[in-house]
Amino acid sequence: MDKKRFTISVFTEDVVGILNRVSIIFTRRKINVESIAASESEIKNIYRYTIVITETENQVKKVVGQLEKQVEVVKAVFHTDSEIVHQEIALYKIKTGVLASGGNAEKIVRSHNARVLSVETEFSVIEKTGHKEETQQLFDELQPFGILEFVRSGRVAITKPMKTLSSIVLQLEELVKN
Amino acid sequence: MENLAIKTNIRKQLMTGSQAVVHSLIAEGVDLIFGYPGGAIMPVYDALYDVEDKITHILTRHEQGATHAAQGFARATGKVGVCLATSGPGATNLITGIADAQIDSTPLVCITGQVTSHLLGTDAFQETDIIGISMPVTKWNFQVTRAEEIPFALAKAFFIAKSGRPGPVLIDITKDAQFETLHFDYKPFKGMRSYVPTPKLNLDKVKEAATLINSAKKPFVLFGQGVLLARAEKEFKEFIEKAGLPSAWTIMGLSALDSDHYLNVGMLGMHGNYAPNKLTNECDVLIAIGMRFDDRVTGDLNRYAKQAKVIHIEIDPAEIDKNVKTDVAVLGNAKESLKALIDLVIKKEHKDWLENFRKLEKEEYNEVIKKELNPKAKLMSMGEVINKINLYSNQKNIIVSDVGQHQMIACRYAKFKQTRSSITSGGLGTMGFCLPAAIGAKMGMPDTQVIGIIGDGGFQMTIQELGTIFQFKTAVKIVLLNNEFLGMVRQWQELFFDKRYASTTMVNPDFQTIVKGYGIKVKKINKREHLEEAIKEMLSYEGSYFLEVMVGKENNVFPMIATGASVSEIRLK
Repeated sequence: MDKKRFTISVFTEDVVGILNRVSIIFTRRKINVESIAASESEIKNIYRYTIVITETENQVKKVVGQLEKQVEVVKAVFHTDSEIVHQEIALYKIKTGVLASGGNAEKIVRSHNARVLSVETEFSVIEKTGHKEETQQLFDELQPFGILEFVRSGRVAITKPMKTLSSIVLQLEELVKN
Repeated sequence: MENLAIKTNIRKQLMTGSQAVVHSLIAEGVDLIFGYPGGAIMPVYDALYDVEDKITHILTRHEQGATHAAQGFARATGKVGVCLATSGPGATNLITGIADAQIDSTPLVCITGQVTSHLLGTDAFQETDIIGISMPVTKWNFQVTRAEEIPFALAKAFFIAKSGRPGPVLIDITKDAQFETLHFDYKPFKGMRSYVPTPKLNLDKVKEAATLINSAKKPFVLFGQGVLLARAEKEFKEFIEKAGLPSAWTIMGLSALDSDHYLNVGMLGMHGNYAPNKLTNECDVLIAIGMRFDDRVTGDLNRYAKQAKVIHIEIDPAEIDKNVKTDVAVLGNAKESLKALIDLVIKKEHKDWLENFRKLEKEEYNEVIKKELNPKAKLMSMGEVINKINLYSNQKNIIVSDVGQHQMIACRYAKFKQTRSSITSGGLGTMGFCLPAAIGAKMGMPDTQVIGIIGDGGFQMTIQELGTIFQFKTAVKIVLLNNEFLGMVRQWQELFFDKRYASTTMVNPDFQTIVKGYGIKVKKINKREHLEEAIKEMLSYEGSYFLEVMVGKENNVFPMIATGASVSEIRLK
């Protein structure tokens, strides 16, 4: 079976150590986590982890089964790129002089629809959101001008299927009551 | 359960965290715990001192012994095993037992002391990150840093340990939380949204399974510990009898059915019986109940039961399709699932199919079993010792085995007539498991004959627990099958490493002198003519008894499925 890129969304209770419990499931199977992002979800006290890995579908299914088995994991699902809307954010620190010199750098920033987040005497910070390929392209084009620092966030993704987390949580809460 | 707190007359009472620990245990109905004191857990020990009439603490000689004893207790009784240890080395010493409990689904609650909360992360004396260390091998764990968290954390721990697919839970309590005071109010834990212990039974799946079973010409049941954990022995028996299903147990499923039941076709796996392994690749419907298709059961997965439709009756959704692709998955507790299935299956006998098992059984008997039970060699075989225990006991013993050749022989030849009467380290294969586990089993079932079957290797891994037997006068029977070798590894070296016996020869001390020093009645035999009398003496002796039997040094366990081979390639020699 071929390996593909999958985005795993893990919904957890807000407790200390859950990140560790989630990550050891990957470590144990020697699966490299390509990106990870975490934040509170639309429901208070439920956290959402977005994890990107490249694996066979068979292995991803098993991993998601193991994730969902964890006591404090509310729900875990996996999707291919076509089943999600996803985005990353990248920040680039370059010398302000490069932008101000009237050269190509400014054009490149404009053509990528990136925005200038901050201008200081010595350096400026550019922000670009997009898919990894897009932020990478801007990186490649700016590199000749000298990039002082670069950082890219993990992928965040919204799934296309309409089943909502609240409905799942509601169902689970009913189960506890009965 | 709430009444328990009222009964103990401590509801809403102001007390210290350590007192809350012991009163939570009492509220959970715990009356026996295993452990070892040390700095960071001393307040809890001090609180235990006041409730000695309610909770008996068994001081093992090593924390590993405490976990295995708690496992033995849990496996024999079906209750949650509890152990107590201090921080640092005390806590890390629990890990082997916790890992064993995790892979064999044994309910444990382990409580560890931790350094005072302001010292966390400072490399304080006896500080170790036991939450981090135990995370991969616990079903759940939690660190308590405030006394008021204690009753809730423990209630949740017990709930998680015993519900659904059971497993070990660890609660780490900082020393300041043990000293702090709280208003004790114990409420049993009722569940949480992120944890569904038992999936709701889907009756459509049950119907699909029944249709497959009813249409099968050669149905075959594989059953594991799930039957025991769900207390589904009765339903299981009724189910297989009604549908006429030949049934094989995994090592963890031993004793869920009478050994001599006409549909019990023996043990699966690497050193299991010939017929069930061979016929796995001939059946048309494979019905797996409360088992997880361990690699030692399946051999080469690419050549495992490919011809069969697979039904998997299982409580843990993560087990479905993990190793073997399932056609019909029935998620739920084995008892509920089987109850629903019994009504839907048609009464059948499958006489011809069963006859196939009988034929292969005969082959195995002539090639292997006869020779193992009635050997011609001068030195005794392990099998004949087990057989004599069968012969001279009522077969209602709890047999606790260690890991290695003697374990395979004990599991193959011991007769089980009572549920929960085989206790062994199945998944992890932990040498040193037997002695402490036998102690725990005996303490949980004091009126049952508990016999530990142990090799000379594993015996020396937890030999210190002889001290526990001595102190608590635990009337366990220990049969040491001494071949002066690490027998199973030696067997592999003989078969697969060109007889290069690297580090498998044991130069042993005089076990008789050692065990005698612990006040245990001892006997050593090396002649067959003394075996019967020695076994009889051991079985009728009231206290603890240590019987050392010198057995053939280079005997092998057969049948055997070599690593990478298919189950149908099981060899008789």
